[in-house]
Amino acid sequence: MVRLLNRSAGRLSRHRRGPIAGLVMLLLGLALSGGLYATFSPSSSADEAQDQAAMAAKGRELFLVSCAFCHGQNGEGLTANDGQLIGPALAGVGAAAVDFQVGTGRMPMVQPGAQVQKKKPNFSQTEIDELAAYVASLAPGPAIPTAEDYSTDGMSSADKQEAIVRGGQIFLTNCTACHNFTGEGGAMPRGGFAPKLLDTDPKYIYEAMLTGPQSMDTFSNGNITPEMKRDVIAYIESMKTQPGYGGFGLGNLGPVSEGLFAWIVGLGSLVGFAVWIAAHSTRTNKKKGTAK
Amino acid sequence: MSDSHEIQAHTDALLPDPGHPEHHWRPTDVDPRSERRAERQVSLLFGLSILCTILFVIFYVTIEGGIDGPTVMGLGASNLALGLSLGGALLFIGIGVIQWARKLMADVELVEERHPASSTEADRSATIAALQAGLEESGIARRPLIRNLLIGSVGVLVAPAVVMLRDLGPLPGDKLRHTVWAKNMRVVRDVVGTPIRPSDLEIGDLVNSSAEILFGTDKGQPLPESDVIEGTELQVEKAKAATVLLRMDPDDIVSDATRNWSVSGIVAYSKICTHVGCPISLNERTTHHLLCPCHQSTFDLADSGKVIFGPAGRHLPQLPLGLDDEGYLVALSDYPEPVGPSFWERETKSPGAIFNDWNKENAQ
Repeated sequence: MVRLLNRSAGRLSRHRRGPIAGLVMLLLGLALSGGLYATFSPSSSADEAQDQAAMAAKGRELFLVSCAFCHGQNGEGLTANDGQLIGPALAGVGAAAVDFQVGTGRMPMVQPGAQVQKKKPNFSQTEIDELAAYVASLAPGPAIPTAEDYSTDGMSSADKQEAIVRGGQIFLTNCTACHNFTGEGGAMPRGGFAPKLLDTDPKYIYEAMLTGPQSMDTFSNGNITPEMKRDVIAYIESMKTQPGYGGFGLGNLGPVSEGLFAWIVGLGSLVGFAVWIAAHSTRTNKKKGTAK
Repeated sequence: MSDSHEIQAHTDALLPDPGHPEHHWRPTDVDPRSERRAERQVSLLFGLSILCTILFVIFYVTIEGGIDGPTVMGLGASNLALGLSLGGALLFIGIGVIQWARKLMADVELVEERHPASSTEADRSATIAALQAGLEESGIARRPLIRNLLIGSVGVLVAPAVVMLRDLGPLPGDKLRHTVWAKNMRVVRDVVGTPIRPSDLEIGDLVNSSAEILFGTDKGQPLPESDVIEGTELQVEKAKAATVLLRMDPDDIVSDATRNWSVSGIVAYSKICTHVGCPISLNERTTHHLLCPCHQSTFDLADSGKVIFGPAGRHLPQLPLGLDDEGYLVALSDYPEPVGPSFWERETKSPGAIFNDWNKENAQ
């Protein structure tokens, strides 16, 4: 055994001054240190970094096909000669912005206009994650929140109730101006609108607060803490199941729909009654006292 | 009057009155069976109304209202039941009465003649004579002392009404010109009352904020009992001190006043619309335009809160911002001008002039 090792060592030694020996040694050393690092470091983070890099590479392919036309080949943003913004720069918007914009179908955009509308997403969640990984690799930005960030599932019912109350106060202070007290949304200047929140996935509500899509203000974690965001979402979720104690909500749009109902249905039926009252009643040609 | 009567008589003679057309009776007038049926219908409608009223009372007693009560199809059962039963009770009475009038009450055409509105000459002179006699007998013309005192006593009765106007006071004094904001008071998040560092905010962040004193603390320390604002006064001061904080790209800021009163792109404005005082925080991040939901007044937060659309007559007051020793955002003074809607005595100054006055005052 020893002889065998000696012999092979001798054979190796003969090549030690060969033309590629230095390169071989370098590669060997790199592979060894890399291997050692992989063995002794927490393996998950290495995998994750590798995965992220691989995902970002895949995401870049998708980006070049579907996004680069407006956002530029490296996400640097494009402006037309007349100063009109074609697509904003994406460095620093973070994975959360990509997940929101592409996940709700707003991006890729169909056509420019007052506001980009949501539609059926064009990409699978895997593809969205890859795109997000690519955009996140451009510059640090808010990450995609996980279910723990916005879910109140693990909480006791008393804590949950408290979160809903607290979230309600924050919602009424920060959100109702545009999204209505009931979360039904509302009109904004120049053809824009604040969308309805009641059928929006909690993840997307969280991401919208983090990133401020389109005309919406940002409510970053320094502005509204993650716990407060979770409470706001708990409040919105509670509104979904809230029965209409006062009767039909009529879209919960306030005086507009209520006024329309009162004027058209309410007043309309009164006019109908008035017409019926004033209409000629049935008459007969028979004379009084002729019938049996 | 008499002329028109003569003309009418003349035309009547030319064109004879054709008289009323033949009257057609209703089935209920000529057929006893149909009359009885109509009677049953009306009775049934009134009966249904009574039933609905009884149901209303029963529903009121048995179904729990409020947010703890049962629900039907996502609606509060109590409200729904009470509304339907009371609505039915009133509706059935209404339909019953109309049906009664249409089918059973007397069916005859009535003629109501119209006459000139003025009384006859004889009536008018008789009335005037009676009034004259009254004046003579009361002796108003002969006893001027009594007459004048009567007029005087009625005139003086205005005084109590005028004196009672005092209860509308006291006069507001300078209350309309000041809020609780003061030099070195921290700007805190509304609802939670936590102080804000510029590094907390990213560009595009909008914070609905308030004055720290309204949360009973000063630099994070509880205020002495006597300085804590409570009750109605707290509500009033809260409403006046409401502020929106917005962080924008410092290069986006247009006016010098706005730039000087900002901290690394963070600007603070009153949240109370200068039109009729609605709270406004509909901000468009991309344009820095703050829109009032009541009447669509729009203010440019990058340019001293100037009005760019809508009925508001004045720009939005800006709160001068600075930093305290611990790096938290503080006000450098109260609002340099009154917040909220205009009032008679309020002077009009441009944002630049207000900034210059503020500079002079704060340099001393």
